[in-house]
Amino acid sequence: MDDAVLMRVENLKMHFDVSKRLFSKKKTLLKAVDDVSLSLRRGRTFGLVGESGCGKTTLGRTIVRLYKPTAGRIWYSDADLSPLSDAALMPYRSKMQMIFQDSFSSLNPRMMVGDIIAEPLRIQHRFASAREERELVEALVERIGLRKDHISRYPHEFSGGQRQRIGIARALANTPEFIVCDEPISALDVSIQAQVINLLLDLQDQMGLTYLFVSHDLSMVRHISHEVGVMYLGHMVETAPVHELYSHMLHPYTEALMSAVPQADPDMAEKSRRIILQGDVPTPIDPPSGCPFRTRCPYPKPICEQVMPALQDVGHGHFVACHQAAGSNSSARSI
Amino acid sequence: MQRLEQNAYRTVPPNLFDPLPSEEKQADGWIRPSASYWQDVWMRFTRNKTALFGLVFIGLMALFAIFGPLFSPYPYDGMDMLSGNQPPNSVHWFGTDKFGRDIFTRVMYGARISLTVGVFAAMINLLIGVVYGSVSGYFGGRVDMVMMRIVDILIGLPSLLYIVLLMLVLGSNLVSVIIALCITSWIGTARVVRGQVLSIKHNEYVLAAMLAGATNRYILFRHLLPNSMGPIIVSTAFLIPSAIFSEAFLSFLGIGINVPMASWGTLANEAIPMLQSRPYQMLFPVAAISLTMFSLNFIGDGLRDSLDPRLKK
Repeated sequence: MDDAVLMRVENLKMHFDVSKRLFSKKKTLLKAVDDVSLSLRRGRTFGLVGESGCGKTTLGRTIVRLYKPTAGRIWYSDADLSPLSDAALMPYRSKMQMIFQDSFSSLNPRMMVGDIIAEPLRIQHRFASAREERELVEALVERIGLRKDHISRYPHEFSGGQRQRIGIARALANTPEFIVCDEPISALDVSIQAQVINLLLDLQDQMGLTYLFVSHDLSMVRHISHEVGVMYLGHMVETAPVHELYSHMLHPYTEALMSAVPQADPDMAEKSRRIILQGDVPTPIDPPSGCPFRTRCPYPKPICEQVMPALQDVGHGHFVACHQAAGSNSSARSI
Repeated sequence: MQRLEQNAYRTVPPNLFDPLPSEEKQADGWIRPSASYWQDVWMRFTRNKTALFGLVFIGLMALFAIFGPLFSPYPYDGMDMLSGNQPPNSVHWFGTDKFGRDIFTRVMYGARISLTVGVFAAMINLLIGVVYGSVSGYFGGRVDMVMMRIVDILIGLPSLLYIVLLMLVLGSNLVSVIIALCITSWIGTARVVRGQVLSIKHNEYVLAAMLAGATNRYILFRHLLPNSMGPIIVSTAFLIPSAIFSEAFLSFLGIGINVPMASWGTLANEAIPMLQSRPYQMLFPVAAISLTMFSLNFIGDGLRDSLDPRLKK
């Protein structure tokens, strides 16, 4: 495997059985993540965008093996994590961590901050002594910008931003290499968002962390990411390096998403065209045939109903899954 | 990546600010000392006067049950035909029954039996209910569905019927009363625990623990059960009075504790033939039952309010 790549996900599928009946013959499957592939490069940030319910969070959780994938491979360096049992995963548990969206439900209200931060290490039995634990927790608390005496307080005594920092400290306790940031800033107000993002960037510089940054804030994803993937209904529809994607978006869904980003400059806002998609997102229990986006696409073609478009390389590290865009773009570039 | 500028909108000139005098720098000093959760609960509980009264009363009743008989000059089953059916007087404070047994002593022994039944039945129910409910809620899906259907079946059976059958098979004594009371009353606790576990297990701190490789047992004991403690304690607090009352009820019907053992229910039962001529024989055991019921229910209400601050008026 390429040294620069820390994790590679191949054709990952995560289907949930949502059959209501106890003895039903037919299974009802919710295809939260369907056939997604991506590579995460060491020390870089991969931004994952898409609207609510498109499978971003599930993809993040499956990559760190909170769920056992239905199919596909998750390569961590040279090890395939996808078939491993809980016991066999233990050595990798310390390498992969997660930062959560809701800082209220991500910290146990009955535990003191010091215990919350030390928890991953205690579970892994990585402490030689209580003193060592104390020193490590104090170092972490100072690193994320809280005071030492905050250790013996309870989570409800902190503000949203501080709580998110505590969640970050817990994720760092095991000195991970890879962190899934599951909408870490969407519950914070804008000034606090900047602080948390800066903290994440500093940590990435200092510790060489790799992030999978799940968000629906496209401006923030543009700011923080090196590569961006766009998801729709459990599928990755477009992926490219950040500047390539934001300047040459090809998939009609990406176009629509981007047009929804508020413009700070009113002159620019007047010029930009707002694309409003028709209809609702189809249910992932019964997705449309062919291209999942065809029911809402402004440029549907007959082929879209029959054939699911695969991710095609259109050059410059840019991949897109669309019959229309892939064809037109490659011909445009070749001229 | 470039850092975001945090102070871009700073428009107030810095010279308008004065440094705080050093004696005021202890900003945290005047904030209420941060109380732990249980300190807060205790504070709210003691503010509730009826609950505090209940607690004091139950404490006295427990002392009375444990130590009272030691100081009594009469055994609980000591008959004295010459002094039968006496009204309350200075020798027999609560009077005597038709066999001349001292009712005060028998009420104290009754307290022993009633409180023993209440505490043991509640503890056994708590244990079964917590284990059953947490397994059902935590594993969810099929496991949950099967376990809850079993509960539905148990609750559908008329309880008096099989309690009577059980008492016939096991014989009327303290242990069989406790067993009979434990057959279905854990269901309420199990449902409470299941509901709590179901809602708490989706919190992200549970995911964080899983991510570190925590075992199911660790998650259950470290995260799920401590956070369901409030409702569990409350449901246990209401289990004790219901067990005591059921025992009294069974004994009153004559299928609980057997004579000459004295439980409050048997005392009340024995007093029925004398009800018109000597109502005090009924009064004392019934007063003991009622006051204990009131106190335990007050404690339960107080705990419910103080464990969940959102319920406060």
